[in-house]
Amino acid sequence: MLDADVQLRLERLSLDAPVNVGSGEVVALLGPNGAGKSTVLRALAGLLRLAGGRVALDGTLLEDPAQKVYIPPEKRPVGMMFQDYLLFPHMTAADNVAFGLRARGVERNQARQTANAALERLGLAEVMAAKPGAMSGGQQQRVAMARALVTEPRLLLLDEPLAALDVSTKNDLRRHLRTVLRESQAANVLVTHDLLDAVALADRMVVIEHGGIVQAGTPAEVTAQPRSQYVADLVGMNLLQGKANGNVVEVDGGGRIVVPEALSGHVLAVVPPSAISVHRDKPDTSAENVWPGQIAGVDLMGDRVRVRIDGPPALSAEVSPRIVDELKLDDGGQLWAVVQAADVRAYTA
Amino acid sequence: MEWIKRHFAGIAIAALAIVTILYFVLPLLGLITQTPWGRFGKTITSSTALDALRLSLIASLSSTALALLFGFPLAWMLARGNLPWKPLLRGLCTLPMVLPPVVGGIALLLAYGRKGLIGGPLATAFGLSLPFTLAGVIVAETFVSMPFFIVTLESGLRAMNTKLEDAARSLGASRSMVFRRVTLPLIWPSLIAGTVLTWSRALGEFGATITFAGNLPGVTQTTPLAIYISQSSGQLDTAIALSLVLVAVSLVVMIGTRNRSRAGSRSNA
Amino acid sequence: MLRSDRRAGTVVGDGPSPRGHARKTTRVGAAVGSCLISIILLAACGSSGGSNSSSNGQVKGTVLVFAAASLSNAFDKIGTQFEKAHPGVTVKFNYNGSSSLATSIKQGAPADLFASADTTTMDTITNANLAVGKPRTFTKNKLEIMVAKGNPMKITSVGNLAKPNLKVVVCASSVPCGTYSNEVFKKADVKVKPVSEETSVSGVVTKVTLGEADAGMVYVTDVKANESKATGVPIPADQNVVADYPMVELKDAPNSAAAKSFMNYVSSSAGQKVLTSYGFLPAGS
Repeated sequence: MLDADVQLRLERLSLDAPVNVGSGEVVALLGPNGAGKSTVLRALAGLLRLAGGRVALDGTLLEDPAQKVYIPPEKRPVGMMFQDYLLFPHMTAADNVAFGLRARGVERNQARQTANAALERLGLAEVMAAKPGAMSGGQQQRVAMARALVTEPRLLLLDEPLAALDVSTKNDLRRHLRTVLRESQAANVLVTHDLLDAVALADRMVVIEHGGIVQAGTPAEVTAQPRSQYVADLVGMNLLQGKANGNVVEVDGGGRIVVPEALSGHVLAVVPPSAISVHRDKPDTSAENVWPGQIAGVDLMGDRVRVRIDGPPALSAEVSPRIVDELKLDDGGQLWAVVQAADVRAYTA
Repeated sequence: MEWIKRHFAGIAIAALAIVTILYFVLPLLGLITQTPWGRFGKTITSSTALDALRLSLIASLSSTALALLFGFPLAWMLARGNLPWKPLLRGLCTLPMVLPPVVGGIALLLAYGRKGLIGGPLATAFGLSLPFTLAGVIVAETFVSMPFFIVTLESGLRAMNTKLEDAARSLGASRSMVFRRVTLPLIWPSLIAGTVLTWSRALGEFGATITFAGNLPGVTQTTPLAIYISQSSGQLDTAIALSLVLVAVSLVVMIGTRNRSRAGSRSNA
Repeated sequence: MLRSDRRAGTVVGDGPSPRGHARKTTRVGAAVGSCLISIILLAACGSSGGSNSSSNGQVKGTVLVFAAASLSNAFDKIGTQFEKAHPGVTVKFNYNGSSSLATSIKQGAPADLFASADTTTMDTITNANLAVGKPRTFTKNKLEIMVAKGNPMKITSVGNLAKPNLKVVVCASSVPCGTYSNEVFKKADVKVKPVSEETSVSGVVTKVTLGEADAGMVYVTDVKANESKATGVPIPADQNVVADYPMVELKDAPNSAAAKSFMNYVSSSAGQKVLTSYGFLPAGS
């Protein structure tokens, strides 16, 4: 199990993030670009020295600047999968996979056999003797996985393992990765920017922003109650912050919203875009939340349309193309937005 | 006429290319056709010629070895190290590339000669002297050829993806294994190219050698010096014969290593 | 759509087509190429000297003199004096080892005059039918041993040069001063092992003045020219050689009139005065 507190002081980033992962557990690290997710992985691998904190794996202290302890990467029982795979271009797939074994002193033939077996298990027998340049993206990804896993690491670090793939390959390989992670006895840390990866693969999610952890919990918990705009955007929700006084929340920045529970103090409120209905004329409705607003933009997202409304408060409503047509939303102008209080989820910040 | 207009681009380029190729090939042809083949055997086995070739071989190979030994760490530092004033440092170490060789020779004398900056104290303390010795020839050749190695290797080091070394370390490879099995194979082409360039520069060196080490048959008279002395005293036979040998050797090495360095990476089990 | 305008002879289109651009760049490329080739050809042809005598016997133009390295200082001064006496004439010198110069001349170098440091090298020019008339000896020289200033190694004779561990530098035997040195050694019955054989006497001078060599076999004139940097050890007359310096006009001299004039000036009292001031011996001695 991984017991770490990663503290780094870099040129453009100051980071302080505790990372604790049990054996067999999968923790997903999410965050906006530049938040430091990949940097955390590099530090856990030992490729970057800590400024403070510590890294301990299965009870063994790997790094602790205060005690002047530092075990270099090659001596850590870590397996890492990199964003651009970093397969050795001058070696065949088999040699790539055997590399870690050879590095740890396994005799050449034995290493070859193990590597070949691993590749066969993954259905990569036909590229065993091929160099990375001759493989497809999906094949490279699986070879990179095999290479990281074949040494049976105690800590598995995956940096955006599915990012470089096209959608259908991504789905296939996500399923495969899920199986691999389920079987893994190591502590697994996965960095991703894709919420679907986190939801499908991780037991827990940790969101890093501005060099610190802003939110942690199971994927369900985090997506249900986003605590930052980033997570809200990730989940596709409208997030409002404000001061609650009973059922009424004065939204920061203007406007107010009625929420189902009575709360007090600083709160967050999540409004699903699909729960907002739009009308040109003020509707006659029993809904608790009815606002006028100006259309700020109309965006097509697949087969659904998002209408951005300047309230206050500012929200995105999800409507069907038919509505866009009927109400001529393309022309902009004034709108009335309606949300039932029951559709809003509010919780203390 | 229409045909010419349409294909003007192709014709112009082909014409220029032919002129350029002739420019390079004609001197070689001249050399080959003017060689007194009848007397070639005797000329090339004369003591002058054999001495010159032997000295050239020893000196150029030694210089290349020294260039590799000392140039590699320097290229490494220039490519990856955190040195202050790197551009200045790089400029100084590669200065011999643009200096006229004889200027290099004078500079070497003033530094390593008997009354030189370093050479003086060395001579008085240990009686060591570089001028007029084969060691001096090697020093002169290394001075002018090492910069080529440094420049080629540095660019090769910069071009490689250093993250691959991180990957190797994460897989458990010690620093020496990372170097042997990842770094070295990846910089191999530029290593080969640099070595060949260095060796051929050392082989052809004249100005710095004759100024710093002097010219004595059997001791410091390398092949280029022998060729110059022969041709300036009208002994064209020797000059041509030796020239032919140098050209042939250079061609063989150039062609041989072209294939190697283009073959790209090798696989290591 | 492209339409062809037959009157102007151009092709008019909606805008520059890729092919049109390619044609334009190739034309520019060809123009540049022809210019470069023309420049190279002109440079090769162009350097030959000026025209010859004018109507009233005044010489003008350029004279190109190939002269042995040991003549450099003296000839530079003679050249300046000659130019003063003959405005309109420029004298250019090419100094090098005599045998190098001879080789260049045989390969067609466009020199007007050749002044050699020995008759052997001059013979190779006359034997090749490259000379006009017979070479004329215009000055003489002798050898001297050049050593570091103050003669720290205490060298007093040619015999001293055979001392082991003494660094002696001579000219290569393919150069006049080299053959002269060998003659001196033979006359003195001394076996000298030089550490270097230089391609011209200036190389020997450099090695001694820089302190690399303990002694060098040079001309008397070289010792005189480097008084501040080195000391000379004279060679007794019975061991020394007298170097005859011949000069001759070359057959295809571009400026024959001016060349003759210069040659006469060198042999005149004015020229001889300059030569002796630099340590040369008069032609008649």
